[in-house]
Amino acid sequence: MDYEAQIQKNQFRTEEYKINLGPQHPATHGVLRLNLTIDGEIIKRVEPDLGYIHRGIEKMCEYDSYPQIIHLTDRMDYLSSHNNNEAVALAIEKALEIEVSGRVKYIRTIVGELTRLASHQLWWGVMGMDLGALTTYFYGFRDRELINDIFEETCGARLTMNYTVPGGIRYDIHKNFVKRVKDFITHFKTKLPEYDQLLTGNIIFEKRMKSVGILSKEDAISYGVSGPVARGSGVVSDIRKIKPYSAFAIQDIDFKEPLYTEGDAWARYKVRIDEMWESMKIIEQLIDNIPEGNIKEPTKAVIKLPKGEYYQRVETARGELGVYINSTGGKSPYRMKFRSPGFSNLSALEHMAVGSKIGDLVAMMATLDLVVPDIDR
Amino acid sequence: MNIPLLLPTEWVHELLTGWMPNSATAVSIIEMLLIAVAYLAFFAVAGLYLVLMERKVAGWIQLRYGPNRVGPWGLFQTIADALKLVSKELTGTIKADKFLYNLAPYFPIVAALIALAVFPFSKSLQAFDINIGLFFLTAVSSIGVIGILLGGWASNNKFALIGAMRSGVQVISYELSVGLSLLTMVLMTGSLQLSEIIEVQRTGGWLIYQGHIPAIIAFVIYMIAGTAETNRAPFDLIEAESELGAGYHTEYSGMKFAYFFLAEFINMFIIAAIAVTVFFGGWLSPFGITDHIFWLQPVWFILKVGMIIILMMFFRWTYPRLRIDQVLTLEWKYLLPLNLMNIVLMAIIVWLGWTLPWPF
Repeated sequence: MDYEAQIQKNQFRTEEYKINLGPQHPATHGVLRLNLTIDGEIIKRVEPDLGYIHRGIEKMCEYDSYPQIIHLTDRMDYLSSHNNNEAVALAIEKALEIEVSGRVKYIRTIVGELTRLASHQLWWGVMGMDLGALTTYFYGFRDRELINDIFEETCGARLTMNYTVPGGIRYDIHKNFVKRVKDFITHFKTKLPEYDQLLTGNIIFEKRMKSVGILSKEDAISYGVSGPVARGSGVVSDIRKIKPYSAFAIQDIDFKEPLYTEGDAWARYKVRIDEMWESMKIIEQLIDNIPEGNIKEPTKAVIKLPKGEYYQRVETARGELGVYINSTGGKSPYRMKFRSPGFSNLSALEHMAVGSKIGDLVAMMATLDLVVPDIDR
Repeated sequence: MNIPLLLPTEWVHELLTGWMPNSATAVSIIEMLLIAVAYLAFFAVAGLYLVLMERKVAGWIQLRYGPNRVGPWGLFQTIADALKLVSKELTGTIKADKFLYNLAPYFPIVAALIALAVFPFSKSLQAFDINIGLFFLTAVSSIGVIGILLGGWASNNKFALIGAMRSGVQVISYELSVGLSLLTMVLMTGSLQLSEIIEVQRTGGWLIYQGHIPAIIAFVIYMIAGTAETNRAPFDLIEAESELGAGYHTEYSGMKFAYFFLAEFINMFIIAAIAVTVFFGGWLSPFGITDHIFWLQPVWFILKVGMIIILMMFFRWTYPRLRIDQVLTLEWKYLLPLNLMNIVLMAIIVWLGWTLPWPF
């Protein structure tokens, strides 16, 4: 009803107004800016405004050598840095037709799954914090520290690891690696039920999550969402199953792809909790049979990819990461493109959020698990 | 006016009457001022140490130590924080409504401090024993929300406005449940005077025991509604930092912010103190073990209040936040009807004399 008509009916004049959620806002976890149009508490429009952390990574890749590009990918989705590295390394190896040893494949997969666990732990902590349960943050970080310690011991870095190089891995695993990973798995198997005790059974939490931010299966496909968000809507999208890479390609690893059909925030939450169990299962199957072998296949000092286009997909903690390399035969690519999971997942936000309340928007953003440098490269 | 009859107060009273033997009014005005200053000093310090306690409890729940650097066990941490807040520059926005913006912080803190006056810390340590004590408490403690509404409105900030409007609907709704659950207990005592309410419990046992089922229901409702009244988690929608930044006090800094902050903690003390007075026998010791030692009475009172406050802190650090429509649904669809039924139940129990007698 427009202004004039309201005046004539002698009603209160109501107005929609805009607020900026971000670029500095606790719920956006970074510098995402959402331009909200709000009617009271009800959301009418959500316009994500990107560019606040745009570093031009794809452009920088055109001037860097291939080993250097791997370092840049750490800075995209910093919570699954190893998976990003692996994607680029796999694409380069595909182009050079290098077959890395089984040892490298196993180690890459184990570290990748540990990264996924660490990412989901951080997500769980921060999601609780977004919903007002501040304690979850400390529980999530307590367990994530242990994984970071393992990484630190093996490759010297805790977050942006740069562990993978084209043709292999930078160092062999530390002699404590296997033992510490096993210790971590036994530890975390007792702690993951604690996560459930703190949040999953809580009535307030369930009311906040159930039938919030519903994304149907058709919408999930048409928005191109991937990872846990797609699985929450019942879309089979695990690259580890669809197009196996690394250890998934050489060994038949027994793990499930958790699928829920509700498509709401609760389903996405459950998918990630289940994924943590599945990741532990994968690591348990691999950790005892790491084969012997070279940790690095020899490559030329200056890597030049043959002319052509190369594409590699991996499953990061957030979904499907695609790496596209267009080479003209030089030492750096002609064009490099990343298909980042966060960008597509964010695009579904407006569809979910319209008509709900500000509190729900925060819950939706939390379960989309946005990492802003991944959206905005 | 029931001036405390402890030794120091008698001494001050004699001293003042010695100086001004002809003017009883002046003496009583000076005494009132002295009591006010004493209360102010005590609760400024109590507020600070409640903040410290909250941070310690939070640390305990969250696998960390809490403040432990300033002084032994971090005892001076909040004093240092207060000094920082006092010495901070008061910033504000240009477009704020200056008068209302500056006025707003005083409402919550003044309302909280007025409410404190009626609490019986012991049989004689009570500044203001008014015969409508409970009514006075609920009336005064609802003034505080005016400050929040004013602050949110005058800040000229959309986040602050959303926070203030949420606070308005929430506090006004939950006021009903607080009032009705207290009214349930008043059916048993037959008096609104706080000292009378405690006298009833001295012979008959604590009211939560005497009133059994309806009293326990009233206590649970009171704790939920009381937490909502103090705007603490899980009802901290008005300053939900993941949604609204800082809510209604987004634009406040320094001491003005500290007034809002301190008022929240003193309000928590008030809610806990009402619960102790009405449900848990106020300054009475359990089973009357130390009722004859008069100086232990305030200790028991503070101890019980501390227990309730720790309970409220547990709520804050374990539960996620509700959504605004869920907050209102909880009150209007569940707590209020339950409360009304509970009053009827209590009335029947009192009418039939089915209260539990005290066996000791």
